[in-house]
Amino acid sequence: MDEKTRHILECLEEDARMTHDQIAALTGLPVQEVDKRIREMEGNGIIRKYKTVIDWDLAGDENVYAIIELKVSLERRLGYQALVERLYKFPEVRSVRLLSGQYDLSLTVSGQSMKEVAFFVAEKISTLDQVQHTTTHFVLKTYKEDGIILYEEDRVARLPVTP
Amino acid sequence: MRKTCRPSRFVADVTKKVPPSGIRRYFDLASEIDDVISLGVGEPDFVTPWHIREACIHSLECGETSYTSNYGLLELREEISGFFTDKFTTTYDPKSEILVTSGVSEALDLAIRAITNPGDEIIIPQPSYVAYTPSVMFAGGVPVPADTCLENEFKLHAEDLEDVITEKTKALILNYPNNPTGATMGRKDLEAIADVVAEHDIMVISDEVYDCLTYNGKHTCFASLDGMKDRTILLNGFSKAYAMTGFRMAYALAPREIIASMMLIHQYSMLCAPILAQIGAIEALRNGTREMERMVRDYDRRRNLIVSGLNRIGLDCFVPTGAFYAFPSVESTGLTSEEFAERLLFEQKVVTIPGNVFGKAGDGFLRCSYATSREEIEKALARLEEFVEGL
Repeated sequence: MDEKTRHILECLEEDARMTHDQIAALTGLPVQEVDKRIREMEGNGIIRKYKTVIDWDLAGDENVYAIIELKVSLERRLGYQALVERLYKFPEVRSVRLLSGQYDLSLTVSGQSMKEVAFFVAEKISTLDQVQHTTTHFVLKTYKEDGIILYEEDRVARLPVTP
Repeated sequence: MRKTCRPSRFVADVTKKVPPSGIRRYFDLASEIDDVISLGVGEPDFVTPWHIREACIHSLECGETSYTSNYGLLELREEISGFFTDKFTTTYDPKSEILVTSGVSEALDLAIRAITNPGDEIIIPQPSYVAYTPSVMFAGGVPVPADTCLENEFKLHAEDLEDVITEKTKALILNYPNNPTGATMGRKDLEAIADVVAEHDIMVISDEVYDCLTYNGKHTCFASLDGMKDRTILLNGFSKAYAMTGFRMAYALAPREIIASMMLIHQYSMLCAPILAQIGAIEALRNGTREMERMVRDYDRRRNLIVSGLNRIGLDCFVPTGAFYAFPSVESTGLTSEEFAERLLFEQKVVTIPGNVFGKAGDGFLRCSYATSREEIEKALARLEEFVEGL
């Protein structure tokens, strides 16, 4: 990845709504070149999706999130892949990660209530053949999401003029 | 009845000769206006990276609150030495050739005082950072300007340096990447200067505090040039690269005789730099590269934004290759730097610094700092455009 491509990605990571004209001004590239590079990266999967980080608590959303740790048994020739594919197809499952350490997989699951999440885990996850053990941790508060701190930090004012 | 005292009678003559900083006046003007957008700030708009702040917090928790060696913590000097060896293959002895100071400002003052006898001339390429000329005057030296110009992209040319050298010339102050112009000098440019200073047996004080903020190509450290290590007092610090302005943390690298002379002044005036800041500096050197590079990439994008915006508005601006300043010309508007900056402040609430504050060679230019957010730069450019169109 060259330096200019990194600049484009950092611009979009910081603000997905940034226009190609704005990115061109910031990177010093012609706007057609920015268009071309972004299209290429959308095509080859480097840019997966344009997302918004939302503070759902602040928006008054009642959704419940839980982190589920799974201990699993591996299948011959398939490793984790077959199980993981089953897991990430559930819309309730927001993320799936393979971990080192005591547990094998970590899922983030969302639902409209603790009861709904608990039932989903009991009925859909724990019942899978390869799943030996689950531990559910309900999220009580999110302080930081995707690198964004979800509360207003007081900014220290700078002097208007310094040497 | 005792005699009344007139305090002004006691003020030293030298302080009356030094004019107050032109920047100070703009600070006072800007402070009276609400909601200004400031392109007048010579410091990063980033907060010091958390890992550095956290290291300082931890040191306080551990009760590390004592004096350190006058030279600074040996651990820090070893880190600085290693950093220079890795980056510029120039090796300094941590025990005798490195002095940790409270900001480059102190290092500069020490460097000048350590080598200046009354009447010695110190050459200062202009436009220049506002502290150089007063520092030379306070030390009893004579500041001698050497003009740089837009045609040469504000680089110091060997011929222009030769023109101002006399038998009284003691030293040259270099500052590349440069405040206020954003100019840099490559190896070839600096080699030509090295030839001249060696020929005339002149010392060089090289303030390289913006060395990490270089956008096209790598920074060349003056002391790393052939034969220049013994002829250079190299000043650098943590304020710009690691967004640590408030820590007041810097260092001087120089031959042991010069460091000993600087140390003599330092131990009786400052004693030592604050231990808290030194611990932050150690953390910055060990683990700060990634954050620093992230900040530099951000500056680079803002640089493109502000330079293209200024040129679009009609304020010709050469492309700065270092620091975080753009230095556009206001000649096309028919206004002087001061008129432009003041009217822009009062009519559009945008703070810039007129170039003449940095010496006569800065006449007709403005210093615009892009160490501020993209949104603020865009707003400032829109207001600048409105202002220029209304002239």
